Amino acid sequence: MYKLVDDRNKIGAAMNLTVVKTLQQAMNEDEMVVALEADLGGASGFSKIKSSHPQQFVECGIAEANMMGVAAGMSMLGYKPFVHTFSPFVVRRAFDQVYLSGGYAKNTINIYGSDPGYTSAHNGGTHTTFEDIAIMRTLPDAVIVDACDDVQIAWVVKEFLKLKGIHYLRANRKAVRKVYTDDSRFKLGKGNVLKTGNDILIIAAGELVSDALDAAEMLQEKGISVEVIDMFTIKPLDEELIKNEVKGKKAVITFENASVYGGLGSAVNDVLVNCPQRVKVKNIGIRDLYGQVGSVDYLKKTFHLTAADVVEETIKLLNRE
Amino acid sequence: MEKHELMKLKLLSANIRLDVMKMLVHCGYGHLGGSLSIVELLSVLYGKHLRYDATNPNDDNRDMVVISKGHSGPAWYATLANVGFFDKEMLMTLNEGGTNLPSHPDRTKTPGVDMTTGSLGQGTSVAAGIALAMKRLNQNRYVYLIVGDGELNEGQCWEAFQFIANYKLNNCIVIIDENKRQLDGYTIDVINPFDIKKKMEAFGFYTIKVKGDDEEAISKAIDECKQVNNSAVSIVLDTIKGQGITYFENLIDNHSVKFNNQENIDAANEAIAKLEKFVKESLKNV
Repeated sequence: MYKLVDDRNKIGAAMNLTVVKTLQQAMNEDEMVVALEADLGGASGFSKIKSSHPQQFVECGIAEANMMGVAAGMSMLGYKPFVHTFSPFVVRRAFDQVYLSGGYAKNTINIYGSDPGYTSAHNGGTHTTFEDIAIMRTLPDAVIVDACDDVQIAWVVKEFLKLKGIHYLRANRKAVRKVYTDDSRFKLGKGNVLKTGNDILIIAAGELVSDALDAAEMLQEKGISVEVIDMFTIKPLDEELIKNEVKGKKAVITFENASVYGGLGSAVNDVLVNCPQRVKVKNIGIRDLYGQVGSVDYLKKTFHLTAADVVEETIKLLNRE
Repeated sequence: MEKHELMKLKLLSANIRLDVMKMLVHCGYGHLGGSLSIVELLSVLYGKHLRYDATNPNDDNRDMVVISKGHSGPAWYATLANVGFFDKEMLMTLNEGGTNLPSHPDRTKTPGVDMTTGSLGQGTSVAAGIALAMKRLNQNRYVYLIVGDGELNEGQCWEAFQFIANYKLNNCIVIIDENKRQLDGYTIDVINPFDIKKKMEAFGFYTIKVKGDDEEAISKAIDECKQVNNSAVSIVLDTIKGQGITYFENLIDNHSVKFNNQENIDAANEAIAKLEKFVKESLKNV
């Protein structure tokens, strides 16, 4: 079970180093766990694995498509591959390889696509992916996770290694605010109700879960009661939870650091159209925009992905006829 | 190579070519040119070099084959049926709805098919991963990677070749079917491949070029590759698209051939009759 931290302003361990540490621990116990990099080991921290477990590390050079195929091939001999590259290079450059050599051929590739959405920050628009969730959702039986903090990402890495198939983890490399206590445990495909409330249901994923909780507190002060769900598994989506929790709510807000076209927003809408209850919905995320360069704070404001934006949109939505 | 062994391989080649023709004529269409150009290679692999157990296709000790030029599926299926992976009757189901023999190979469907291919270039990286895994697991096994010359247009091939050469994966025997033609015409007219052997050498491969219709030469080249222990290895096969049947060798557009006109049907039937005769006579000697 999961528990929220008392101090939500506390920053956790760096997300990338948490992935690295978790993989190293897994490698100590299982020699078939292998990490693959495409010359971003310095950025991901995977270079530490090269030092600690050289026989369980594969440097692929700047060749992401090849890396996905190599991972698929290694999985055919029983290896449990975990690849890293920046998230846009997973879905835009190497999707055909993930799809065919991986998914269609029933091979296993675990993928850490780092710095999705605005978290690409100073790498700018070329390195920004808003479309990764939409693209990966079309891959049959793929698992997609947007992890919100270090505790969750460590759990997800361990969980992926138990499974066969295509598993995509999107998350910042840097440290983010803590959501969960260290002993929290999760279940893939099950959303977590972090806060109960009566008026509004906010469904968020990734590090924006912290901002969603901020927004809920701000709305509470205005007399609006908000429930917040961490929908960290975007596929398979916890449809039952959505159907249950929407009951009695006046409105649903989805909140994601990704394109709402095919993203969490679309996925939730697909469930809501099949609910007997009619409810107002606002999908907060990216529409027809490319990424751009800047600090995380600047980009969150520019793309209207702050807690204040959620508050504003919620009030607008409630006042909408 | 002893005469008897060579005769056996020539007989297997004839049987594979025969079954490819029967399949495609029965189906009414199919990837003829690139299937026929690797017939002798497949005969040498499955008739001599490859370690496999047709009754246990997933045997952990087997050598593996990745035909990255996935449109040669019919040649692979004909070979697998001839060496006992499945009954020849199944060959007549090529491309039918629900078949286990789809146009392009699918490892989840066909016994003996080690990797799913069809999106060109992708088999190269998977074979590289297989070879690296075999090495790291200290397994004394080979993976044979068959690539088309047209397929070399794909950048992924060269990403994989860099990788294979860098890790000196000499257990991945890269075989390039240089049949000099691709879907839209001659490779030299579509995208000039230049000298493929020199390119492979420049990429760090020990490379041998042999005639692709010569079983003995192919076998010798594979033996030679197996002696190399400090670099990646490749064989460039000098082949003809549509190899072994003059009419189809000369057919301008033979990547995919339709048997919807009398000329093509007659040529196929004539080739089938000739091959059947050859097989019948060879059986007396083998």
